[in-house]
Amino acid sequence: MEVLKELKYTKEHEWIKLEADNTAYVGITDYAQKELGDIVFVEIETVGEELNQQAVFGTVEAVKTVSDLYLPVSAKILEVNADLAKDPATVNADPYGKGWMVKIALQKPEQIAELLSAEQYEALIK
Amino acid sequence: MQENNTEKKPLTVPLNDLHAQIGGKMIEFAGYMMPVRYTSDKDEHLAVRNNVGVFDVSHMGEFLFKGKNALNLLQYICSNDIASLPIGKAQYNYFPNEQGGIVDDLIVYHTAEDEYMMVVNASNIEKDWAWVTKHNAKFGADVQNLSSEYCLFAVQGVNAVKTLQKLTTEDLLEMPYYAIKKMNFAGLDNILIASTGYTKKGSGSFEVFVPNNHAEMVWKKIFEAGAEFNIQPIGLGARDTLRLEMGYCLYGNEINDTTSPFEAGLGWVTKFTKDFVNSENLKAQKEQGVSRKLIAFKTKEQGAIPRSHYELCTENGEVIGEVTSGTLSPSLNIGIGLGYVPVQHAEIGKNIYIKIRQKLQVAEIIKLPFV
Repeated sequence: MEVLKELKYTKEHEWIKLEADNTAYVGITDYAQKELGDIVFVEIETVGEELNQQAVFGTVEAVKTVSDLYLPVSAKILEVNADLAKDPATVNADPYGKGWMVKIALQKPEQIAELLSAEQYEALIK
Repeated sequence: MQENNTEKKPLTVPLNDLHAQIGGKMIEFAGYMMPVRYTSDKDEHLAVRNNVGVFDVSHMGEFLFKGKNALNLLQYICSNDIASLPIGKAQYNYFPNEQGGIVDDLIVYHTAEDEYMMVVNASNIEKDWAWVTKHNAKFGADVQNLSSEYCLFAVQGVNAVKTLQKLTTEDLLEMPYYAIKKMNFAGLDNILIASTGYTKKGSGSFEVFVPNNHAEMVWKKIFEAGAEFNIQPIGLGARDTLRLEMGYCLYGNEINDTTSPFEAGLGWVTKFTKDFVNSENLKAQKEQGVSRKLIAFKTKEQGAIPRSHYELCTENGEVIGEVTSGTLSPSLNIGIGLGYVPVQHAEIGKNIYIKIRQKLQVAEIIKLPFV
């Protein structure tokens, strides 16, 4: 199971990748995509909304199951990965890269410190 | 998924280690550790539809009924007419309970003169065995619970017959659907092979009963025989999507201790040619008619995937029922499901609405199967 050192993680299996301008990308982890199986639909209808940490910002549908997506930190949803509408299986193939889900603007950057490090996340899924 | 009502440590099937070695993701299901998938639910599903796959369903229970009183016991506890079942044939059945519900659904195989085998759901083995032995006190048949002595491999798909034919001299194409035969298979004598299956009617559905001590050898021979067809192991995930495309009931979802067999569409296996558990009440129910019915439906919008317990509604959002099983159909690439609604809303061709994340999604009521 791949866990990238440079990312932060949540217990709900989201990752967040910080950019320089207080924005960040959010997706689900390699572990999460494997647990879900074939991802067939990603529904995110919160673009433009300001949501609190832990708020549900979307839903991911796999063949066998459905799972909510939780926001790692309070943020405004700037953009959704439009490519996922055409090919949701990208989340299975490249969860940390082309399978990103939303770009966000952080509202409380200090919340980053509350998230799991790669080592802590690895311990969680062991 | 079925409810697991035991608190015990999960059991393992004899080939547990083999499944883990070949990449099976093992989960607890019906009290057993079982492979849910090896690669991908979709790929495994399509491998069975278009090619051939093997399911290890050794968690299922097998009971043997022998002797002069076996038929009388079975006639009393089963819903279908076992007396009409010739030697060498199989028959779908359920055990009615005394309150109008269903103890389990199962298949009865007439294996020899005064000998029947029964395959029951893994989650219900203990409950079913208690049910059988309780009723057998009156009949005195020779009954045996062989569940932990046999592995069961379902070999399914259009290339299943070509695969299995390499391992036996019996002509498998000669076997009609829902038959059973003892044969020399994979070098072993007296192996029971049934042309039953959970996936699709007709040739391409086989189930092989293998004594535990030969299970690994037989599994490997089946995979060698199917290598030219790229035979694949199939997990429970694809098994469930395959059964739902056929619209078969799953115990714990569509049917349980409180559901009426007539509401579930099991009238065709309920035969009043004989007296059986709760038959008088069931007969009255059949004559009166039922107030709700199991329907099958498919959605229209991408991402509108029904799931168990989602609400079924009228066009204006009035809740009239609940989804019992739902998935994305890998064959059709749309959402499909089963659920109960009042009979006046159950007409084929009409629309039904499913509440998915607070939105009403339209679905069409269809006649089964989906594929």
